[in-house]
Amino acid sequence: MPEPVAGEPNGTTAAAPEPTARTKTAPTKTAPTKTPTPPTRAAGGVGTPLQERSGGVGSSPTRPDAAAKANGAFDYASDLEFPGMLWGHTLRSPHPRARLVSIDTAAALAMPGVAAVLTAADVPGKRYYGLIEADQPVLAIDEVNYQGEPVAIVAAETLDLARRAAEAVTVEYEELETHWDPEEAVEAGNVFRYQPVRLGDPDAQVPAAVVAREYVVGMQDQAPLGPESGVAVPSGDGGVSLYVATQWVHSDLEQIAPCLSLEPDRIHMAIAGIGGAFGAREDLSVQVHMAMLALATARPVKMMYDRAESFVGHVHRHPARMRYEHAADADGKLLYVKARIVLDGGAYASTTEAVVGNAASLAVGPYEVEHVSVDAWGARTNNPPCGAMRGFGGVQTCFAYESQMDALAEMLGLHPLEFRRRNAVAQGSKLITGQIVDAYDPERAGGPSNPGRPFSPLADMLGRFKDIPVPAVPAARDIVELPGGTGNTTHGEGVRRGVGYGVGLKNVCYSEGFDDYSTARVRLELVDGETVAFVHTAAAEVGQGHWSLQAQIARTELGVDRVELLPNDTKVGSAGSSSASRQSYMTGGAVKAACEAVRELWQGRDLADGPIEATQVFRHRVTKPMDPVTGQGESHVQLALCVHRATVDVDVELGLVKVVDLTCVQDVGKIMNPVALEGQIHGGSAQGLGLAVMEEMITEQGRVRNASFTDYLIPTILDMPPMRLRIVENADPEAPYGLRGAGEPPTLSSTPAIVAAIRDATGLALTHIPVRPEHLTAHLGRQP
Amino acid sequence: MRVELRIDGEAAVAEIDRPGESLLSTLRDRLGLTGTKNACEQGECGSCTVLLDGDPVCSCLVATAQCEGREVKTVVGAVPRPVRDAFIACGAVQCGFCTPGLLVSVADLLEREPDPRDAQIREALAGNLCRCTGYEKIIDAVHAAAEAMSSEAISDGVPRVPARSHLHHNQWINVSNIPRAAGDSTEDTP
Amino acid sequence: MTAPQATASFYRPADLGEALRDLAAHPEAVPVAGGTDLMVAVNYRHTRPAAMLDLTRIAELRAWSDEGAAIRIGSGVTYARICAELATVLPGLAAAARTVGSPQIRNRGTLGGNLATASPAGDGHPPLLATGATIEIASAAGRRTVPIADFFTGPKRSVLEPGELITAVIVPKALGPQQFLKVGTRNAMVIAVCSLAVALDLDARRLGTGIGSAGPTPLTAPDADRIELPWARPDLFNDALAEEFGRRVAAAARPIDDVRGTAAYRRHALAVCAARALRRVWTAAHGTEAGR
Ligand SMILES: Cc1cc2nc3c(=O)[nH]c(=O)nc-3n(C[C@H](O)[C@H](O)[C@H](O)COP(=O)(O)OP(=O)(O)OC[C@H]3O[C@@H](n4cnc5c(N)ncnc54)[C@H](O)[C@@H]3O)c2cc1C
Ligand code: FES
Ligand code: FES
Repeated sequence: MPEPVAGEPNGTTAAAPEPTARTKTAPTKTAPTKTPTPPTRAAGGVGTPLQERSGGVGSSPTRPDAAAKANGAFDYASDLEFPGMLWGHTLRSPHPRARLVSIDTAAALAMPGVAAVLTAADVPGKRYYGLIEADQPVLAIDEVNYQGEPVAIVAAETLDLARRAAEAVTVEYEELETHWDPEEAVEAGNVFRYQPVRLGDPDAQVPAAVVAREYVVGMQDQAPLGPESGVAVPSGDGGVSLYVATQWVHSDLEQIAPCLSLEPDRIHMAIAGIGGAFGAREDLSVQVHMAMLALATARPVKMMYDRAESFVGHVHRHPARMRYEHAADADGKLLYVKARIVLDGGAYASTTEAVVGNAASLAVGPYEVEHVSVDAWGARTNNPPCGAMRGFGGVQTCFAYESQMDALAEMLGLHPLEFRRRNAVAQGSKLITGQIVDAYDPERAGGPSNPGRPFSPLADMLGRFKDIPVPAVPAARDIVELPGGTGNTTHGEGVRRGVGYGVGLKNVCYSEGFDDYSTARVRLELVDGETVAFVHTAAAEVGQGHWSLQAQIARTELGVDRVELLPNDTKVGSAGSSSASRQSYMTGGAVKAACEAVRELWQGRDLADGPIEATQVFRHRVTKPMDPVTGQGESHVQLALCVHRATVDVDVELGLVKVVDLTCVQDVGKIMNPVALEGQIHGGSAQGLGLAVMEEMITEQGRVRNASFTDYLIPTILDMPPMRLRIVENADPEAPYGLRGAGEPPTLSSTPAIVAAIRDATGLALTHIPVRPEHLTAHLGRQP
Repeated sequence: MRVELRIDGEAAVAEIDRPGESLLSTLRDRLGLTGTKNACEQGECGSCTVLLDGDPVCSCLVATAQCEGREVKTVVGAVPRPVRDAFIACGAVQCGFCTPGLLVSVADLLEREPDPRDAQIREALAGNLCRCTGYEKIIDAVHAAAEAMSSEAISDGVPRVPARSHLHHNQWINVSNIPRAAGDSTEDTP
Repeated sequence: MTAPQATASFYRPADLGEALRDLAAHPEAVPVAGGTDLMVAVNYRHTRPAAMLDLTRIAELRAWSDEGAAIRIGSGVTYARICAELATVLPGLAAAARTVGSPQIRNRGTLGGNLATASPAGDGHPPLLATGATIEIASAAGRRTVPIADFFTGPKRSVLEPGELITAVIVPKALGPQQFLKVGTRNAMVIAVCSLAVALDLDARRLGTGIGSAGPTPLTAPDADRIELPWARPDLFNDALAEEFGRRVAAAARPIDDVRGTAAYRRHALAVCAARALRRVWTAAHGTEAGR
């Protein structure tokens, strides 16, 4: 295998100098002898077989960032260093709610090497920011509303000194009563959003079976390994450049500029290497703070949170309390669903509004039911603010409705898969919001017609499990393969196996009428005789493999081998966030559109006469807001399904769980990159496993008790089972290449599947996640 | 105070100003060797794993001053080429933040156990958290690396990529005059 | 900061004598071995030592020796070496060592550091309690030994005085089967919710128990150790006996509720673990037929 020689790209490079600059020389490929011409075939749309192109759509080319990440050369935001750089640090409130009586910065300022100590009074412009509603103070003003709220910021010569200086700031607080109970907040009308859904008349139905239960979901943290970090560099003319790990650089800019009292064009922002995101980088963290410090000191300022700070420095997944009542008739058809969903949004708005919309609209999952009454709230409390995390409002309700489906199936004497099959949505079905399921029509796609019954992708997916056997219990096992692992708690004693299923339905892209778009600029240029595509977008590569995808699309659409990916920054239009499973759809769509435009311009033109460039904005179809009273409305763009089967071994006496197998059937519309797709399903499933059995930010009256990797546990390699995947391609006719967003659905369905498997092993109802050992053993009454 | 040690085969000197400074801070913040990652400073994540006199340790928990005269190997110097190639080829790298630490742990594992079983791999890598991959492709990569190393009977444990890459930040974020290493370009073989 | 001053803040004694003299001359110097407890506290600014004393260069602390009836483990011997080198003679301690943190932690963490930290959750402690180990302590003033049962005085407190170093732990060789069980909410890398060590001494016909993470200090369970076992007729061993032992172990615990688990769960889990441990050691000692 040839060595990748620094500075001599061979194929795709993850970045490149501006195309006008002298480009790198001597690609190892021999230059073509004549000027290339545009490909003549039609663009790959649904039903159009894609031309096989090495490294194109459908293949798994080596990620352009992989080698740098594997030799330590890749620059994450926390790796950046600028000449003369200072370090910033944030002083945060130890109290969940308090009045700020006074702040004394004198001692900190007096420390040699401390360059600035700033408080709310120093915010140059608007003192609040927020993703949807600007309600969060840049630095606390008069009052703090959650533990960990930023109060003051410090810049100093070293990180160690900045941290010590922050400790030297004296803040006098007057503690105030903490509102930590979301139910009370709902009572008091202290909510970010209330969204009902009403359909039919649940109370008029006469059911054969009814299950009513209350479910609790703990607060999950995204825990990306890369800390919040970035560097702000003053430009010398009053402007500033920010290099930061973020999911949506343009949204950052929109929020930052007013706070800094700068016109947006005075701020240049570029995305620095991102060590995972999962929603944690949707909201601002270091951005305004480091920019303020840089502007105040006229020096570059770097900020980087440590793990304890990270746990309070970003939003979390909303904890939830949900009361569900499901009823079915004697034929095993759902009759009605009633749900009362309380999500705790914490102290500030973040994206709670949108999360509540998802929770309400997806409250019953992918099942047909004609009588529905859903009430969903996002409460305002003094708990840590909650917002985006992979699954975004779909995760909490999925645990509840899937648990309910199992309970009803059991009551009706039906296999969980059969009960789900009977109620599965099909092509043309309506969701509870009235949205027509436009899933996939095999007939329209030229496949077999299915007379009588509309095609149900879900029923089809559920049917696939019968060909995949549940793994057998091995005759002999190492203790690391048993619950408790090397803890040596069982050699088989008390171990029972269980199997369970979970189905998740997730919306892809932004919903409820949001103007969702992405921008791509593509330029085709001859570089030393080779045709090179330069792709410029602002889309964040958070680890999912989006850079690879852009290069694949450019290769497929333009027939080139070499693609150069330009920095993701604000010099090109917004790409929207790398969230909502939307980036393949949206920025993939934008790159495809820009390539098509370039191809068009290329007709009848010779590249030797100069580069060809096109910028395209891509939008998905318009969605509608949910009706505030009935919840009705075509609020979603695309829906994606995932089904998990979990097999677990439970030590029923100690309440310890080992997930031994996860089998997953997911509909992705079109496999864009097999390896990256599998990685998304594996990783998404792992986060669902974490929520099922271990991950919880524990708060007590607003105080976080476990802000560390010692006590906030995420799955290790010994907690993850081998996974088997069956990937289904029911193309979406409206989406680029027919693809469906794939990153989130597995996070929804793995959790209920695992909990169902634990129920199967233990016979317990299990309505609280994460399931803790004491939940599994409390009934044993063995305590002396 | 002055500490002299060897890092990835080269002599290095660190001037530290407090006895509790960690090897991780020294590598990253003083010497600009950012290949070793900081994700917790609690010993829990393994992102900072290096070989200290041959043993994998969390560099965040080693006091730099303890390293006087010792040999430190980071992702740059500890990882045989087939191990890195296997991670890249198998899709074991997503965000990549865990990757340098994992590679060091895998290099050590394969040194001790050239053909590990799944259970051995899992126990050996339990100290390296990865939030992105669900570990499946990491296990694939370890097997692939084991196979590649045995078939090639690789004796050359030193990676041929320049130990301190001489590329610049502007590779990634388009700013100039930055003195340290940054993104590398890469081959793109499907 | 100038170099000589700075150098003075980190001591690297080459032998124990030098270490003890350094410590006597610089009482502010904090000893550091593997750093796996100390450095977390330093990184998170819970402590900021003005000076540190490195124990990792002292050969005599990093060696173990066979003393006939016991193994003398230098305080600086790592968990990785205890697992690899002492599993046959000290199976309980080796099993505990295997559960500590991760490979990276086990390559650095030492038994001496575990004892000096004296966390009730320290995994090294229960096997030492179950086997009646002795702690060897030295200072410039001399040496003393402390039975493990007298070593812990409270949460993260022990009889260790400023100026003293733990030099070794003397652990009686196993004279019968031993077990260590550790309950955690993750399958690896987890601080114990509770843990239990049991050692059966077939020569003295004695049982020893150590409990971790279920009280202000690691605990023994003397009442459980005194359970009447059918030494003369091993086949008379039954589940009722095992469960009675479990009840007594649970009764000896003094657990609290915290983020890692509830007091009630800890008691329950200890009862289950103790019953399992006793069954396992009895079965191992008397063949597979007994114990059912
Ligand atoms: C990620 C992680 C996981 C962990 N998991 C576990 C676990 O599962 N089980 C467990 O029990 N522990 C665990 N620990 C804690 C720690 O690893 C152990 O307590 C270890 O034994 C400490 O040893 P050390 O040599 O690293 O101590 P150090 O950190 O070097 O020292 C700890 C304390 O002891 C003092 N000290 C050290 N040696 C001596 C001596 N010879 N004489 C006097 N004082 C001395 C030091 O001054 C310091 O105060 C974990 C730690 C981490 C970071
Ligand atoms: S940074 Fe050292 S283990 Fe996480
Ligand atoms: S690849 Fe992101 S943490 Fe492992």
